[in-house]
Amino acid sequence: MDYATLLQILDSTLRLATPLLLACLAGLYSERSGVFDIGLEGKMLMAAMCTGAVAYMTGSVWIGALAGIAGSLVFAAVHGLASITFRGNQLISGVALNFVASGITVLVAQSMFQQGGRTPPLEGAARFNPITLPFAESLSAIPVIGPFYAEVLSGHTALVYVALLMVPLTWWALYRTRFGLRLRAVGENPASVDTAGVSVVRLRYAALAITGILCGLAGAYMAAGLQAGFGKEMTAGRGYIALAALIFAKWRPWYALMATLLFGFFQALALRPDVIQSTLNFAIPVPALDALPYILTVVVLAGFVGRAIPPRAGGEPYVKER
Amino acid sequence: MERLPRWADLVLVPLISLLLAGIISALVILSIGQSPSEALKIMVDGAVGSAYGWGYTLYYATSFMFTGLAVTVAFHASLFNIGGEGQAQIGGLGVALVCLALPWPHWTLALPAAMIGGALLGAAWAAIPAYLQAKRGSHIVITTIMFNYIASALIIYMLVSVLKPVGQMDPATANFPPGTALPTLNEIPGLNLIFTKGVPANISLFVALIACFLVWVLLWRTRLGYEIRAFGRSEPAAKYAGISPVRVTMIAMLISGALAGLMSINNVMGEAGRLLQNSAEGAGFIGIAVALMGRNHPFGVFLAALLFGFLYQGGAELGLWTSIPIELRTVVQGLVILFTGALDQMVRMILGLFFRPRPLKVA
Repeated sequence: MDYATLLQILDSTLRLATPLLLACLAGLYSERSGVFDIGLEGKMLMAAMCTGAVAYMTGSVWIGALAGIAGSLVFAAVHGLASITFRGNQLISGVALNFVASGITVLVAQSMFQQGGRTPPLEGAARFNPITLPFAESLSAIPVIGPFYAEVLSGHTALVYVALLMVPLTWWALYRTRFGLRLRAVGENPASVDTAGVSVVRLRYAALAITGILCGLAGAYMAAGLQAGFGKEMTAGRGYIALAALIFAKWRPWYALMATLLFGFFQALALRPDVIQSTLNFAIPVPALDALPYILTVVVLAGFVGRAIPPRAGGEPYVKER
Repeated sequence: MERLPRWADLVLVPLISLLLAGIISALVILSIGQSPSEALKIMVDGAVGSAYGWGYTLYYATSFMFTGLAVTVAFHASLFNIGGEGQAQIGGLGVALVCLALPWPHWTLALPAAMIGGALLGAAWAAIPAYLQAKRGSHIVITTIMFNYIASALIIYMLVSVLKPVGQMDPATANFPPGTALPTLNEIPGLNLIFTKGVPANISLFVALIACFLVWVLLWRTRLGYEIRAFGRSEPAAKYAGISPVRVTMIAMLISGALAGLMSINNVMGEAGRLLQNSAEGAGFIGIAVALMGRNHPFGVFLAALLFGFLYQGGAELGLWTSIPIELRTVVQGLVILFTGALDQMVRMILGLFFRPRPLKVA
């Protein structure tokens, strides 16, 4: 494998890791607040459909992204209603919302555009367009680092950089702000937060809202960045891979970046079986690469490679009167 | 919060949930500019209006009974098995391997063998998540989700690289030998008077009904069933009573996986006659809705499976005859799961308005 091929693969790694990273950070907020959210997939799908439809109608990708965030927030609100207000089963709620999203996106897209459940292809300002980072041209002459900067880091769409910026931002919010301290506390021991006079319910709703926004961005990126328009089931299990990455990352932001980059790398490799063949001199079946993130997650969950300990109050509704 | 009378909890809660799901679906149909009453009429006509329609409804219901029972058994041990889909697919692999292994002379020999194959591989696929839950404390929900994806990757690999006959284009196994063909309802003497046209519902329906009964016997008439239920109610209490959590977790999940795997005698052996990619077609997930709707009781599962069979066949008819996409059934499925499984407190609260609060008896 030569350097140019490596750069190509790293470039698609970053592109493919972006929706995973956004969804993974989304899940991080909700799970750190003690609410399991299996519904990342559904929220992304809903956001992708809303983005595709609205960006096509308005011609502006940013209005489309806002619509995507709104769609995702509706699902986050229902999840909050079921799991916080009515103290229902959070896992079942997430599963249910994934099904609703899977069906309703096709229903709406079909009735709006009659194109077999897709939204019409987006072009021009209705898509996220690549941004060339400053000096990419002039620096590309520098050996090794120059092409890396120009090919891999530069030339992505805005949301890729937003996603990368979300990592330090999430770290800062989680470990350096009052909100973050309370958020972590409410996921470990909600009673203590309650005793301190902070509303558990409000904190968890706030966390779910952030989850909704980030899933909205992930979906918007799917529909208007990675691809041009919404298609049926276009998230293809990315919400679950993000969930896997979150466990792999042990619910921490910087680890989340690494986990999603790793899983993005697998996805990029799966697109280029020829490269693996020429590098390793034998063919790894593509399905094996597809399954690798899930297998790795099971291994991590099993505690053979480090121990993944979830937030202690995760999945349990908080009952004040106990 | 006051407690509802038992019958209301058992009967009214699922019905109100279904009603709420129905109302929302009707609103969705209205909002895409179609008539809900017209849609319902087409669904009823197509799914239960003729013997032919029933043939399809029962075919789907057979699969859903197996997966619904699978989820039920795990639920009673307070394990949420989302992996029915993967277990059913791998069970399909087991059925296919058995059917292709020998030139079976007659289905009466092939069916028991295929059942063992499907159940064994289904149980094996549930065994690893079960072991990890019991021994390492990995959350069963997450591991079974992961195993669904690993299963689908494994099936694709097996179909593309191992089991696909030379010269065939589509990723599928060879056709099973004719001796493995299960009699469909229109081929069974007596029933062929009702089912005059060829229908996919087959002899597996009766296997599913027997399975419903056996699961009832297991859960409420055996020592093991008692242990499973006791463990599901309270792990510390079960431990104190000398019930081994590892053993119960493993056994409950193995039975659950075996039931999900058994589903494949219906779709793989009975209908397709070969193993295709994504053979379970979401039936494993519908099992969740069926178990919740059926209040985790085999008889409830039977009724709920019929309901979802109706929904599935009716939804397909909608896709054929109207411009309402077939995905409507996924929406209804999701809403039923949401209302019965997650918003059940809300449903109870609504019902509580109609029942006078009764003083709680102090036990």
